[in-house]
Amino acid sequence: MNFHSLEQLAVLSAERGVTIGRLMLKEQAMESGKSPEQEFELMAQYYNVMKEAVKRGLTEDTTSRSGLTGRDAQRVMAFGDGQEMSLGKAAGDAMAYALAVSEVNASMGRIIATPTAGSAGIIPGVFVSCQERFGWSDEHMVYGLFAAGAIGYVIANNSFVSGAEGGCQAEVGSAIGMAAGALTDMRGGTPAQSIHAVGLALKNTLGLICDPVGGLVEIPCIVRNGFGAVTALAAADMALAGVRSVIPSDEVVQVMLEVGSSMPEKHRETAGGGLAQTPTGKAIMNNLRKR
Amino acid sequence: MVLFYGSFAATYQGHGTDVAIIGGLLDYQTDNPRIPRALEAAEESGMAIAFREGKGLFSHPNTAKLILSSGDGEDQEELTMTGVSIGGGNIEIIAIDGFTVRMSGNYPTIAVRHKDWTGIIASVSDVMRRHACNIAHMTVDRKARSGDALTVLELDGDLDEALLRELSALDNVEAIRQVDLSKG
Repeated sequence: MNFHSLEQLAVLSAERGVTIGRLMLKEQAMESGKSPEQEFELMAQYYNVMKEAVKRGLTEDTTSRSGLTGRDAQRVMAFGDGQEMSLGKAAGDAMAYALAVSEVNASMGRIIATPTAGSAGIIPGVFVSCQERFGWSDEHMVYGLFAAGAIGYVIANNSFVSGAEGGCQAEVGSAIGMAAGALTDMRGGTPAQSIHAVGLALKNTLGLICDPVGGLVEIPCIVRNGFGAVTALAAADMALAGVRSVIPSDEVVQVMLEVGSSMPEKHRETAGGGLAQTPTGKAIMNNLRKR
Repeated sequence: MVLFYGSFAATYQGHGTDVAIIGGLLDYQTDNPRIPRALEAAEESGMAIAFREGKGLFSHPNTAKLILSSGDGEDQEELTMTGVSIGGGNIEIIAIDGFTVRMSGNYPTIAVRHKDWTGIIASVSDVMRRHACNIAHMTVDRKARSGDALTVLELDGDLDEALLRELSALDNVEAIRQVDLSKG
């Protein structure tokens, strides 16, 4: 890749006069040796998997293998059908779709790891709901996924994207940053605005620990995906409105690295602390072991 | 036998890492709907499986070590490999049979078992050059001076039979294995 930081990504896109998504498609094709058409087609297939996962989560039984979670996306949709959601319909849909995909993941269904399975709901939640709302083409969405990929590439290579390494800030936090930057790009924001959206979003999840109850990717992972989709919308709106991340986004990524590296092991996906070790969390784990 | 280290040791069941790894040994693709029942399928096919918690130092919190054996008596083959899950649906293999390596599975890959011998890397890369096959990444490790060594090459472009034959025929090359997940 010809960029290694978010700043370089924004400068390169601006210099070439293209969106971040279009820049990334070219860069990815160069890196893989495949044609841009082949890369585009592969990403289009991924987007179809995301749409299928949203649909499955909203219509099928998503009770997890543990039986602890499931059908929360359907609860939110039903609530929104009956009355005005506090979030409004647009953000409510994004939240419900994110929950849906996350529940499909917990019930061993097919998802795309964006950037990981534990955070796989956020990008589909934002993308599919915004596509419906703004009437965007699939082509537009696929370019958006390339933009998300470019941002994820920078974060993963400068910090981390897995909860085991850097806590939930690395996993759900990165997904929110990717979704926020990509949405800004898709809505016609400048590359600089997209990068500000990433930093704004990441700052909101700094320090978030990874504390999965029973070691399952369910509690609190699923609801954090729902919240994450809403945060991504908010960050994109701030950036499009001209709000800047005063601490440059690349520096925020470095803070994530610093905070994650100093996080105790019990708060990095080991189920040894946090919600996993509350009285109820421990009782759930003991019940699972008895099975 | 599969050893799980770090956070994997605490979460492999909850994360489905156990069924994912066994599914991989059964040659399932990552989106194969049979993965949730991979343990049963493996046992039905005669595979004996054991999961253990690994002890000692590990470089990444999502590390798994696979100790595999097949056949018995003179036909017995063993393979040990260590991999880490790095997110984004990606893994890295960091050790094979005690040799330090780096491979992602994202490229056509050749693992060459050979003797640690002056010029062996030049010979291998000369074969690559003649077949216009670019080396993207390469790791070389040896057990001892002039002893057993392993070179892993990640390549741009396709592997062809002639290239593999020429590599196998090189002096001091003992065995070649290839991995090409891009073919599905």
